[in-house]
Amino acid sequence: MKRWIPVLVLLFAAGWLATSLRPPQNTGGLDLGAFGRLPVLVNGRLKPLDTVARTSLLILQGRQRVSDPTNPVPFVATPTEWLADVLFNPAKADTYPTFKIDSPEVLDLLGITPEDTKIAYASPVLRTLAIFDFVPKQRTRFPFQRLEPKLAELDRQAQLAEPVEAQLRTSFQKAVVQLRDRVLLYQRLKHSVQSPDSPDFLGELVHFQKALPAGIAAVRARQKGEPHDADAFKAMRTMAERYDFMDKMGYLLAVPPAGDEPNPTAWKSAGHALLEAFEGGGINPNVMAYAALGRADREKQPGQFNEIVRLFRDQLAKRFTPQLAKSDLEVRFNAAEPFYKSMQLYALAFLLAILSWLKWPEVLGRGAFYLTLLAFIATTAGIATRMWLEGRPPVTNLYSSALFVGWGSVGLCLILEKIHRNAIGSVAAGLIGFVTLLIAHHLSLTGDTLEMMRAVLDTNLWLATHVVVVTIGYAATFLAGFLALIYVCRGVLTKSLDQATADALARMVYGIVCFATLCSLVGTVLGGIWADQSWGRFWGWDPKENGAVMIVLWNAIILHARWGGLVRQRGLMCLALFGNVITSWSWFGTNMLGVGLHSYGFMDAAFWWLLAFVATQLALIALAQLPLEKWRSFKAA
Amino acid sequence: MPPLVRQFRDFFVSLKLTVVLLALSIVLIFWATLAQVQLGIWGVQEKFFHAFFVLGKIPGTEVPVPVFPGGYFLGGLLLVNLIAAHVYRFRLEWKKAGIQLTHLGLILLLLGELLTSLLQVESSMRIEEGATQHYSESYRSNELAILDTTNPAFNEVVAIPEAVLSDGGAIQHPKLPFQVRIRDYYPNAALQMREQTGAITPALATAGIGPRIAVTPLRLTYKQDERNAPAAHLEFAGPEGSLGTWLVSPVLSAPQTFAYAGRTWEIALRFKRYYHPFRITLLDFAHDRYPGTEIPKNFSSRIRLQTDDARQDREVLIYMNNPLRHAGLTFYQASFERGDKVSILQVVRNPGWVLPYVSCLLMGLGLLLQFGLHLAGFVRKRTTTT
Repeated sequence: MKRWIPVLVLLFAAGWLATSLRPPQNTGGLDLGAFGRLPVLVNGRLKPLDTVARTSLLILQGRQRVSDPTNPVPFVATPTEWLADVLFNPAKADTYPTFKIDSPEVLDLLGITPEDTKIAYASPVLRTLAIFDFVPKQRTRFPFQRLEPKLAELDRQAQLAEPVEAQLRTSFQKAVVQLRDRVLLYQRLKHSVQSPDSPDFLGELVHFQKALPAGIAAVRARQKGEPHDADAFKAMRTMAERYDFMDKMGYLLAVPPAGDEPNPTAWKSAGHALLEAFEGGGINPNVMAYAALGRADREKQPGQFNEIVRLFRDQLAKRFTPQLAKSDLEVRFNAAEPFYKSMQLYALAFLLAILSWLKWPEVLGRGAFYLTLLAFIATTAGIATRMWLEGRPPVTNLYSSALFVGWGSVGLCLILEKIHRNAIGSVAAGLIGFVTLLIAHHLSLTGDTLEMMRAVLDTNLWLATHVVVVTIGYAATFLAGFLALIYVCRGVLTKSLDQATADALARMVYGIVCFATLCSLVGTVLGGIWADQSWGRFWGWDPKENGAVMIVLWNAIILHARWGGLVRQRGLMCLALFGNVITSWSWFGTNMLGVGLHSYGFMDAAFWWLLAFVATQLALIALAQLPLEKWRSFKAA
Repeated sequence: MPPLVRQFRDFFVSLKLTVVLLALSIVLIFWATLAQVQLGIWGVQEKFFHAFFVLGKIPGTEVPVPVFPGGYFLGGLLLVNLIAAHVYRFRLEWKKAGIQLTHLGLILLLLGELLTSLLQVESSMRIEEGATQHYSESYRSNELAILDTTNPAFNEVVAIPEAVLSDGGAIQHPKLPFQVRIRDYYPNAALQMREQTGAITPALATAGIGPRIAVTPLRLTYKQDERNAPAAHLEFAGPEGSLGTWLVSPVLSAPQTFAYAGRTWEIALRFKRYYHPFRITLLDFAHDRYPGTEIPKNFSSRIRLQTDDARQDREVLIYMNNPLRHAGLTFYQASFERGDKVSILQVVRNPGWVLPYVSCLLMGLGLLLQFGLHLAGFVRKRTTTT
């Protein structure tokens, strides 16, 4: 019976993963799923509205769910539904609590008092839970409606803070600028396909269409100095200003290029397309389509809504079939959440593997291995999908480096586990896989993680060689460090580390350090060659370059110290642990300096996490210094 | 072998020395990375890497004392250690080939870096669309140029490095019929029109544009995107007495001229120039952005390259990651100005540029061989035990 447990675990987890591949279902009559798959151009990339909705919500409020703590039912079923409300029914969207505000000073600025933020739970159970912080005591998300009266003041404060360099701003200044940027993003979304103050934009456009010929005639006559219809002229000017503002504010480029336009990336904002109507030729049908979608959405007419979405898509398919395929896959990828699911599998694998050291090593160890393998397959599929969507090698920014470091480490762990079968590989894989995906999750809160590459990075050759090899070097160095962590924790705190396992761990660490040296050295030198190719110098002592060379030097130290007999098993483990410190510095610390060519992802909240991580590694090194008699393992039985 | 010599040898071939030197290098690099926030990348290179010792000042004084070994010191010792260890332990063995190749690559890499730090010359060439340029300018060094422009066909140029100005005193040059007295010199200064500042102190300058300008000394900047703009007041004096005092600075773009000894002279403190035996015409500069954003997608300059000996006349497209290599120089697309009408090319002369490529190959092969043999051994051992 026990033999079948690992297989059952595998089948169960695989089944759970498979459910995520099911296409997302619509909750109401409106086919919002198909609407979410419509592509728009944002930040230089053609992406589905679903992605826009998800990343916008992450930027505005740090999560994709739109809900209130006192009500378990969310306001909208999907991010796309929220986006549809923002685009077509802004008055409703303004009431959703989608602006996250933590700073008490900013709350004060907006006139939100502590009484306002306090949550009054109706049920006594929830009230009790709130006392112990199991559910939030205070509101941190507020609707646009609530901010509206103080927007002018917010803008003034943000303008005062803006001239200060980003790193030197106070926490209030940072919070103010951040909230102002969020409000701006929200307002820009609202101006994307219609004018938000218009109760019926389709009606407005129909009216505009009718008035256009007379208006254009009046404008032309006035330009020639001939007598003209002053009212028609004035109406035209008002409309022009209105659509010009829409063009300037609009966030989405939702209008595809006309059929005779040779450049397939020349998408336009709705405002821009409306301004073109003044040159004659009538109103762009795509703008009309979006306005009609808006009316159907507001009046809840599924038949009309779904028909317009279908026609719009058919129209796009004539020219953008490959892009639509990508857009569809991206929506499925968003819904499947392979990285989030893998994170849970890694956590489970870690627990099973740890338990296997205490009981049923064969059964639990095998179960943990299967779970790790499954999570590895899911992350591989996720990374591969991202690569196909972007048309790039796997690592293009800090977010994808976190994914890839985790992927590389887990891959090595699987090999170790296949060779040694002592669950150490699974424990390390579970831990590293979970932590790197958690880091990636936090990095994804800044917006779309599939970004366009800046000019100098726009080279797949070097992204595929230098960046990939260096990132694998990071992964391997981390893995050596985490194996050492297992050695120290197990050795000092438990009795489970016998001499054979300890020797096996030492061999693993040594092997991984060799691999790490190879990758980080070759990767660093390749980086130098790239620098020679694009900036004219092989080596420039840039912080990121320094970080990479520090990893190489540290791995070289470990190898030479071992070859020279300067360290034995325990010393090797301590050196490998310090490798974690150096790698984390090189990976994140150098980005926090705010100088240099590679500072592509500045984050300051992460600084404290980095410090905490370094502190734990130093503490472990100190722990390893305890005399062997004090260790719980290695005692002569 | 006398014991002293043996001790000496043992010290230089020891692995312990290697480990200590590597550890010190890590500390040095880490420290230099942090210092970059304050000192900027050039300052750090001079203070930490292109130096035998990192100098610190005794608190409260200006006395410099060495506080840490610098890049030349550590790199040099590592090189000695590496070579000594290999000479001492050298054995022609298949098993050792990987390690030997790796270290040979490393030796080349260190030597290459030394060569680069000694011989590399960087400058930049700024060209407007349609214009032709036959010199490039230094980023950081300036020179005082005194030109005899009497003959319209050519100029006779006397170039005096900025360092001479900072020494003060007076300069006498065989080609100049006058003496140049340095009245004052600021390594970095801001210039403003006197009317705008309402300065009351009398101007030191008596000729040229100087009397209308107020000079405010500034701290030296180390920021990567800023340049120090020096300023100096120079008095020219012939045997019969002073000819006047001029203000010079690279910020003053219009040339200042005066007549003396029947000739016309032009003076300018300008970025140091490197003249080349060819000229480059910028035909077109393009700056592509991703649609709907300001994210740069590509920068490129289409240029025409003509050599003075008229043996070459061709068009070249220089863009990101695709430089032009010509006459021992490499031209990279570095920057642009004025609404995409001006292209700035970085011009680098680095005779050692091939070495890193060779060493990368050697080290990669060496490590693959070494760890490959390790792995093969490990696998063989496992298959025999199981």
